[in-house]
Amino acid sequence: MIFQDVIFYIFSAILIASALGVITARNPVYSALLLVLAFVTCAGLWLLLEAEFLAITLVLVYVGAVMVLFLFVVMMLDINLDQLREGFWKWFPFGALIALVMVAEIAMVLMGKHFGLEQMPKPEAQAADYSNTKELGRLIYTEYVYAFELAAVLLLVAMVAAIALTLRQREDKRSPNPSKQVRVKKEDRLRVVAMPSEKKE
Amino acid sequence: MEYFQQLFEQLFGTEWGAMLYSLATNMVFIYAIIIPVLLGVAYLTFAERKIIAYMQIRVGPNRVTFFGIPWLRGWGQPIADAVKAIMKEIVIPTKANKFLFILAPVLTIMPALAAWAVIPFSPEVVLADINAGLLYILAMTSMGIYGVIIAGWASNSKYAFLGAMRSAAQVVSYELAMGFALVCVLMMSQSLNLGDIVNGQQGGSMLNWYFIPLFPMFLVYVISGVAETNRAPFDVAEGESEIVAGFHVDYSGMAFTVFFLAEYSNMILVATLTALLFLGGWLPPVDMAPFTLIPGFIWLLLKIAFVLFFFLWFRATFPRYRYDQIMRLGWKIFIPLTLIWIVVIGAIMQLPDSIKDVTPLNIWF
Repeated sequence: MIFQDVIFYIFSAILIASALGVITARNPVYSALLLVLAFVTCAGLWLLLEAEFLAITLVLVYVGAVMVLFLFVVMMLDINLDQLREGFWKWFPFGALIALVMVAEIAMVLMGKHFGLEQMPKPEAQAADYSNTKELGRLIYTEYVYAFELAAVLLLVAMVAAIALTLRQREDKRSPNPSKQVRVKKEDRLRVVAMPSEKKE
Repeated sequence: MEYFQQLFEQLFGTEWGAMLYSLATNMVFIYAIIIPVLLGVAYLTFAERKIIAYMQIRVGPNRVTFFGIPWLRGWGQPIADAVKAIMKEIVIPTKANKFLFILAPVLTIMPALAAWAVIPFSPEVVLADINAGLLYILAMTSMGIYGVIIAGWASNSKYAFLGAMRSAAQVVSYELAMGFALVCVLMMSQSLNLGDIVNGQQGGSMLNWYFIPLFPMFLVYVISGVAETNRAPFDVAEGESEIVAGFHVDYSGMAFTVFFLAEYSNMILVATLTALLFLGGWLPPVDMAPFTLIPGFIWLLLKIAFVLFFFLWFRATFPRYRYDQIMRLGWKIFIPLTLIWIVVIGAIMQLPDSIKDVTPLNIWF
């Protein structure tokens, strides 16, 4: 499919350019927005691989929720760029190592025939009415249910821990209690008094 | 149509011709959806002003007319407003981030219009009949918040930034409740395809529509929809008495109008989704002669108009929520309620058929 190839190359170009932009942009807000662009184009590439559930979930979770909070924090904080750049040479060897591993992995995929990759069969293209949402749901809740539950518990623990770390009871806190406000009766607030009117002298 | 397909194939070769032909036809379909939506937006603003005016015993817009026809007085108002907005200058504040300032309205309107791609208007009329239609809509509507946040930040103004912060927190919290309410719908219909969800509500009368077994979810969805679109009484993001106009305080002319278009287009989208998911979409209320004669598309439009009327009615009736009350409603009431209802629906679905058949449950499950 020559048309899909063109779309693939356009998306890949945008993805690589925006991913480079994330680490080179001077303004952290631009970095966060370029990361959003990278996620969206990545979702487009996954759609080309017929993984529509994963693609849409990537947009829904990362673009719709995680990056909103990221952007929020980046906008609120007054980030000192010089301080961020200080540790560059200290961390450079570590980053270079990761880059080397990634280059090696990509090379293994691209030069697959030297590594015996052709023994893995190509995944079959599915019919148009094939729902990989249903398929994924069935796999998650049957074959991989323990791994799935473990991941869920891990996330729950993280959530409870985050709340427990920041929860504090303040003595001087004054906040309205809505159920109390709703239940209030006229008699609680209003006192009708009988008062004789003043007489004119 | 055959003729155009052959023309494309002659011009660009068989492979590219077929691809470009489908691209061209899809573009035509996209315009066939977007132009009525934008016209609907224009006349929704008119309907809003008229309805609220009558609720407040006023007349509302009653001057601009077409060709001097007296009984069309007021109907030219949205067109006149659009022309006015196009003619006005777009002021860009000196300290604003110019690129993001211009980008923000674009990012707001893009998902608001893109979400319409998977909406079915009648059993056959749908642009993209994809399996994960409901997920796609959730993903698109969740992207709308970027325009608001970026507008608030790029304006470099305190009021705008406060509005953006409020809006972001509100939309992120209500999205959860909305998503869980939709989980109940897809549990009942066992499909993420919007067409299949409507067909799952078929069965003779409006008793089969999902708003009866999922009534709490229907309320949660409609209220979250109002909150998602930042409409009154949840319009703290604008809050003109507190923070002037919130995130779009520095916008003028067409840039402001684009935010406006996106808000109203989102309103119509939420109303359409409510009609499709809970009110039976294009299905008539009773499957009998006088009702089935009316085409399904008209029924869908009537249901959309019905839900939209509630949106306008809310605005005329309720005072604005306080910010902490909005957060409380979203996190402490809606999310627990939806979570419990998911468990209830799951439990009912697991009941043996013998119990379902002796109770009215067999209408829906």
